[in-house]
Amino acid sequence: MTTDSTFRTEMIEAREAPNQSRGVIGWFRANLFNGPINSIVSVVVIYLIARLVWPFLEWAVIDADWIGTTRDACTGDGACWVFISARFESIIYGFYPEAARWRVDIVFALLAILVAWLAIPGTPRKKWVALFTLIVFPIIAYFLLVGGSFGLEYVPTRAWGGLMLTLTIAVVGIVGSLPLGIILALGRRSKMPFVKGICVIFIEFWRGVPLITVLFMASVMLPLFVPGNLDFDKLLRALIGIMFFWSAYMAEVIRSGLQAIGKGQNEAGQALGLSYWHRTGLIILPQALKMVIPGIVNTFISLFKDTSLVLIIGLFDLLAIIRAGLTDSNWLGFSTEGYVFAAAVFWVFCFSMSRYSQYIERRLNTGHKR
Amino acid sequence: MSEATASRTTAPGSDGPMIEIDHLNKWYGSFHVLRDINLNVAKGERIVICGPSGSGKSTMIRCINHLEEHQQGSIVVNGVPMTNDVKRIEQIRRNVGMVFQHFNLFPHLTVLENCCLSQIWVQKKPRAEAEKTAMEYLERVQIADQALKYPGQLSGGQQQRVAIARALCMRPEVMLFDEPTSALDPEMIKEVLDVMIELAHEGMTMLCVTHEMGFAKTVADRVIFMDQGQIIEEAPPTEFFNNPRSERTQLFLSQILGH
Repeated sequence: MTTDSTFRTEMIEAREAPNQSRGVIGWFRANLFNGPINSIVSVVVIYLIARLVWPFLEWAVIDADWIGTTRDACTGDGACWVFISARFESIIYGFYPEAARWRVDIVFALLAILVAWLAIPGTPRKKWVALFTLIVFPIIAYFLLVGGSFGLEYVPTRAWGGLMLTLTIAVVGIVGSLPLGIILALGRRSKMPFVKGICVIFIEFWRGVPLITVLFMASVMLPLFVPGNLDFDKLLRALIGIMFFWSAYMAEVIRSGLQAIGKGQNEAGQALGLSYWHRTGLIILPQALKMVIPGIVNTFISLFKDTSLVLIIGLFDLLAIIRAGLTDSNWLGFSTEGYVFAAAVFWVFCFSMSRYSQYIERRLNTGHKR
Repeated sequence: MSEATASRTTAPGSDGPMIEIDHLNKWYGSFHVLRDINLNVAKGERIVICGPSGSGKSTMIRCINHLEEHQQGSIVVNGVPMTNDVKRIEQIRRNVGMVFQHFNLFPHLTVLENCCLSQIWVQKKPRAEAEKTAMEYLERVQIADQALKYPGQLSGGQQQRVAIARALCMRPEVMLFDEPTSALDPEMIKEVLDVMIELAHEGMTMLCVTHEMGFAKTVADRVIFMDQGQIIEEAPPTEFFNNPRSERTQLFLSQILGH
């Protein structure tokens, strides 16, 4: 008798995927040439990229002049990178006295070592290195960069400039705005009306004004309001302004992460008898921060790029130093080189942050988002 | 576990009731969600709470460890009256373990770290000792081999067993179960119920909100039926299932047992 029902006596073994979907050729087939229209589009796009990129490479690399000390060295049609190399020192150090530049070298070498130590997984004693970086290092950096004690020559902050100033502002801004942002985000979610109110007002105020206004206020307006004998350093004022401004953005990014954590996580912590700060620090924040790493790094990158706005209050960061060099009568007409170089430097730093954040995301993924 | 059971029977004040709920009333806005709840639970008693959804059964057991705040009436847990004082609430919570419908494991921590977290930060135990306790309980729920995995790598049933172990690590006097098997695939319900039955046989005071009537018949000392925020019927399981007195209970039982 025949029926509609079927049954299986042997299970099917897992087989390898067909050849076409694997390897380089498989990738090309799947992504660029999986149909006539896609193939045409791919070819056109590849052609356009080649047409645009090749002239740039010709200008920037092949026909470029690299060696020399004056503009006479630049004879070809390509870029004149001599302009950059001749001014390289001032691009890095600004007007920092030549005799004292070793101090800048030490500070940033130390910073690079500490950051690498913290960033590379598997290095020992991370906790102590982190404490050192956050507490001892700033003190060392302050005394080395500013000087005026321990027999070091005093270097006023108006002499700071170039890449070192850009990095100083970026590092202080990043290190300051993240914890401040966390506190503001937690405060905004607080059940206490006073705490919540303060945080909302702070965030909405700083988010509502343009950064340029903040910098102007810090450099021009603030001295009018505070008594004359109380003289804050201009860079310090700018740093505080930048920190507050970006902490407001950071707070909203982090709040979106806090929002995304289910109520159950907090309840589970409560049921175990954990206090508010334990729940926040051990359960909620680690998950929330991990979730918003892209947003946090996005803010870091914006902050890094916007450091160049300090040029409007007369601080000479990397971009401002290069712009200043463009007005040098010996080097007129090399603005393209200057801006391309500035862009490249900014891009390297920002892209590094972006790649590192992606790496961290992969590393911290514990398989709960599937 | 025999050691823990022994210590519980000799605990001070072991003659008084474990939980006393007296004229408990709670509103969500203007909605009267718990109405005049009176319930005493003796030490070692196993209570199953059932009822249609929205009847307030979860809300009631969540009041016992103050995940929900009540407006009127009193709750006394193991001799400690519940107030709004945070320290007092945390003191009560240390004695009350809770298992949730959706497990609520901490996804960023391994199974072992989940079990150690509150031991280390609330009970201030050294890590080694906390891990030893954690492994004991993970062993008991038969999941010790997964201790170093993250919750996201486990099945629902495994996660719920970890959640039970995590609560037990605090050596609570009472365990609250809020629909512990409702989010599980049928294949996994049994493994969780087995753990709960074992726990019941060891003398743990338990309050379970569940629709697992088989479980209620096996272990419950009393079954409580709730509807519209009030306790409608309260009886030993044989009586509850064989001669339910109220019409609401009869209707409810016919609906969940009838198919």
